[in-house]
Amino acid sequence: MGIEFNKETFRDDYTFKNSPAAVRRFPFPFPEDDYMYSVNMEPHVPGRKGSVFEHTFDVDEHYLAEMRDRELVLKSDPLRCQSLPHMTLAGWDLLELIMESKARDYPHWFELHKSGDRWTWINRPMEIEQSFTFLKDDTLPYGPLEYITRQTQGDFTLQDQRDNTLYIDAGTVTTQADWSLDFDVGMAFHEWHAPVPLAHNMGVFDRALKFLLKLQLGSPVRRFNWTMTVDPLLDTSPENYPKWGPSKTTLTMDTIGKRQHLRVELQTLHRLPRSNAIAFPIRAYLASFDDIVTMPKWGRRLHRVVRDVHPDLATYKGFIRNRDLMVQWLSQYDDGKPTSPGWWPEPE
Amino acid sequence: MSAGAQRLDVTVAEVVDVNPLIKRFRFVRTGGGALPTFSGGSHIVVDMDDAGTRRLNPYSLMSDPGQTDSYMISVRRDDNGRGGSLYMHRSVRPGMQMQIGWPVNLFPSDLRAKKHLMIAGGIGITPFLAQMAQLDRIGGRFELHYAARNRTLGAYMDELQTRYGARVQTYLDEEGQAMDLKGLLTSQPFGTHLYVCGPKPMIGWVLDTARTLGWPEGALHSEEFLAPPVGQPFEVELARSGKTIRVGAAQSLLEALEAAGVDAPYLCRGGACGQCETDVCEADGTFEHNDHWLSDAEKASGRKIMPCVSRFRGARLVIDR
Ligand code: HEM
Ligand code: FES
Repeated sequence: MGIEFNKETFRDDYTFKNSPAAVRRFPFPFPEDDYMYSVNMEPHVPGRKGSVFEHTFDVDEHYLAEMRDRELVLKSDPLRCQSLPHMTLAGWDLLELIMESKARDYPHWFELHKSGDRWTWINRPMEIEQSFTFLKDDTLPYGPLEYITRQTQGDFTLQDQRDNTLYIDAGTVTTQADWSLDFDVGMAFHEWHAPVPLAHNMGVFDRALKFLLKLQLGSPVRRFNWTMTVDPLLDTSPENYPKWGPSKTTLTMDTIGKRQHLRVELQTLHRLPRSNAIAFPIRAYLASFDDIVTMPKWGRRLHRVVRDVHPDLATYKGFIRNRDLMVQWLSQYDDGKPTSPGWWPEPE
Repeated sequence: MSAGAQRLDVTVAEVVDVNPLIKRFRFVRTGGGALPTFSGGSHIVVDMDDAGTRRLNPYSLMSDPGQTDSYMISVRRDDNGRGGSLYMHRSVRPGMQMQIGWPVNLFPSDLRAKKHLMIAGGIGITPFLAQMAQLDRIGGRFELHYAARNRTLGAYMDELQTRYGARVQTYLDEEGQAMDLKGLLTSQPFGTHLYVCGPKPMIGWVLDTARTLGWPEGALHSEEFLAPPVGQPFEVELARSGKTIRVGAAQSLLEALEAAGVDAPYLCRGGACGQCETDVCEADGTFEHNDHWLSDAEKASGRKIMPCVSRFRGARLVIDR
């Protein structure tokens, strides 16, 4: 409750850091010592107190800094937020879902007052008080999707369901792991997943899509994805690759602990009530290797996962070039002892 | 990861005789509060305890999706059916507590449409009532063509014409009023989507005509819930749970699974959604595939069955449940 929001940056001088409490609640994504793609989905029900699953939408110490970073990205590239005309209703659905969840879960920070369709939204951390008419586009300073995602951590895409597939027809995407909304917008589920190695042949996408087409109102699900990022840069976009790609060539044994970050995405999927669309929030968490190894179990396990992961995955995720260096550095924290199942820092 | 059938506790607030065949039921949340918002075209599954027999029937939500203080459904009595509609008509009274599933939409409006052209037959009107209320609120363009045997059975005709004026056209069979379907389908603006819900022959007629006239497949939408047909009793071995069950004449395979305490997935219970799809391990006999889900090739393969509506005749059936 008494969280102080960090004053920090995700660019230039990179002052981003995790408090010890933030490290303890970091969603370490490996329940076992090895990793391969799977249809890893589970119900998105409230989890352990203090964990990133405690609430539908997690608000943490990085909130204000992430929102400032999003503002900068959107200013330099407005196409990071797009919504095809038929997705406006889904944008309102998302706005309602987020406002209601945050007002319920964080009443000291957020309030939502409704009098019929006249709503007032209070966001104390961002010092916003906004009255508007629900479903009336011109009563907000931006479209509903852009309005609410400028105030919510994580990227968001909205999928329209038709012809037995999902189309990525809207989104706000500024903290992505090397993919582009502007490129993917309007694509179908199998098209936008085309670049992913191995998973297609394993049937992962066929099964995932089949499940999602039946996703039910009131029964959201969640899954993890992960990758590696040098320096705590949120906006690793293909558009900006020349700015961040070369940083991978400058890692050394002395700097890797501080500069190499494990990037974890907590992805949730929600059926939306009015539009029947699916919302896909993608919330990115960053932890430096130095942060990770403060938890002995995580240090051991990350070493084993990085060492053994399929080279096609390491290539796709963009860290094959530094894999040996990572393994060398991480091996200092792996004494070969067994690890307990599950990803909580201590045995369950 | 099965699509858990979450349920809502509701109380029957009102039962209205709409005409000699149709009753309307209004549900409110037991203990008060709003029900979940839904989209036009959604249905709910109503859980009935019919003197010890559990019946789960899907009904389209007809109330305005913008009103979440209550849900409304209309139920047409089917005197030759398996009993669900008779139970609703005879036994459900105001004040009764029941359970329903969360709304599921298998018949959504395509919001890209420049215009929504809706064709309803009889009780097939119900999903359109909710769709029109929703489209009206968000400024969508729509037109309804609604056919019924006579004015008494054309529930909601007057009400709809009062509310939506020329956007609603009605046709009474007994008065010889026929829909000029071809004329209708050839005079629509580019970007129109077609929706049809009603008796099976009507759905076939509308879709076939549209296809013949060159309508793109992606612009055609239909909804038909099949009632599980009655048939001969049959036995099924369940490979995973190691049980053998008997499916009664008036029971569906899905219901027999549930009665045996086997957790089987479902959403529509009417052969439309695909959720109950089950692998067949062994079969010596003939399938009665009644669903709209499996492709003809899948049906012919004998490797899949949809337990909500399909049956089997023969010496032996083993399924993966
Ligand atoms: C409907 C919401 C979803 C959206 C919008 C989405 C979007 C994406 C995008 C844009 C990528 C990057 C592709 C590229 O390289 O350009 C990706 C990767 C991937 N997606 Fe999805 N996805 C969704 C759901 C799922 C689900 C339900 C699964 C479940 C198995 C899944 C599994 C994956 C995997 C395994 C990758 C590769 C990730 C990596 O190795 O870093 N996605 N997804
Ligand atoms: S439950 Fe929908 S097809 Fe069987």
